[in-house]
Amino acid sequence: MRDHFLALLAGEGGYGYELKQALEQTFGELLPALNAGQIYSTLARLERDGLVVGESVEGDSRRKRVYELTDAGRSALARWIEAPVPGTRLKDEFFMKLVVVTSAGLAEPRALIEAQRREYLQSLRDLDALLAANGKGVAAELLVEGAVLHAKADLEWLDLIEQRLTLAEEDT
Amino acid sequence: MTYVLEARGLAKTYDTGGAEVLALRGVDLAVERGEFLAIMGPSGSGKSTLLNLLAGLDRPTAGEVRLDGDRIDRLSETELARLRRRKIGFVFQFFNLVPNLSVLENVELPLLLSGRGRKQARASAVELLSELGVGDKRAVAPALLSGGQQQRVALARALANTPGIVLGDEPTGNLDSAAAREVLALLRAARERGRTLLVVTHDARVAAAADRVVTLRDGLVSDETELEPARPVALPFESAERP
Repeated sequence: MRDHFLALLAGEGGYGYELKQALEQTFGELLPALNAGQIYSTLARLERDGLVVGESVEGDSRRKRVYELTDAGRSALARWIEAPVPGTRLKDEFFMKLVVVTSAGLAEPRALIEAQRREYLQSLRDLDALLAANGKGVAAELLVEGAVLHAKADLEWLDLIEQRLTLAEEDT
Repeated sequence: MTYVLEARGLAKTYDTGGAEVLALRGVDLAVERGEFLAIMGPSGSGKSTLLNLLAGLDRPTAGEVRLDGDRIDRLSETELARLRRRKIGFVFQFFNLVPNLSVLENVELPLLLSGRGRKQARASAVELLSELGVGDKRAVAPALLSGGQQQRVALARALANTPGIVLGDEPTGNLDSAAAREVLALLRAARERGRTLLVVTHDARVAAAADRVVTLRDGLVSDETELEPARPVALPFESAERP
């Protein structure tokens, strides 16, 4: 979230509560109830690392800390904007588990695959239910559509793994 | 309890010029009233064969099929046709609407065939078409509609005789993703209104909308899973502690 916070503060700066509001407005119900503590500790870290500078001002009811970007913060933000986020992941939690657990002979691969297929189908159901509900913003909707595509790809991959396992069994 | 549709030890062997192909090798399956069941599986796993046997469109080599508790696998063609008209609605991948009939006439057809009067058939067809969002296309020929609209009409036709079960064969297989999503929403809505659905599909999204997903592999049920009502979804929020 560090870079996202830098981006949100890049204009006129702001304080923690404003960041929380901006995020909630964009992602709506997709965002879990944001813990104010998480926001303030992220801001504190950014300040410690010299990327933002905070100043305490008197608010309506209590003091609040207003943050803005330092020069180092602006270059960090520029680097983040310029670089594409990493592409293909060569890391998959399920696959690592499958390989380690089955090569140690601790479980049948098919049992793991079936449990995982159920989980992917269930997440697809959860996501589609969310899409069917009204009143989402465009950003939230696209985010969910993306997750749907990933879930479908994960299911296809499971099929592929299962097919290869079956072929391997037939060979032996 | 009586299942809407039930298969026991269902097997089907095709004789393809000397070589026997085991399309189904003993499938047990039971569909409860009000349930949405999806059948998945790779090509050649026996999905279509199973659907044809369940619908009484083909006869099993072994095993039995019961519709509302009564065996249908030994009925005559005429009896089967009558039963299908009254108790089963069909939705196909390529819609299978009658091209030289209007949208309205397509939906009226099963009602008239099952003995409903003209007036009553028209009233029900009109109502169903508007329920499915194609009420304004009544007079149009099916070919002039988009795929999604044609599938809406096909679903109206399938529901016309308030069948005990609707069978779907890749109902989103020939639709772009937006139309597929609309058809999926209609299937889900039919399920909400207490309809019983059994759908053969490649589309994981359709399967994920079902209450139960059965996977076939090499003519056998290889996996069966029940899904829960949708759970809430939330973005993971990275904790500030992480590097």
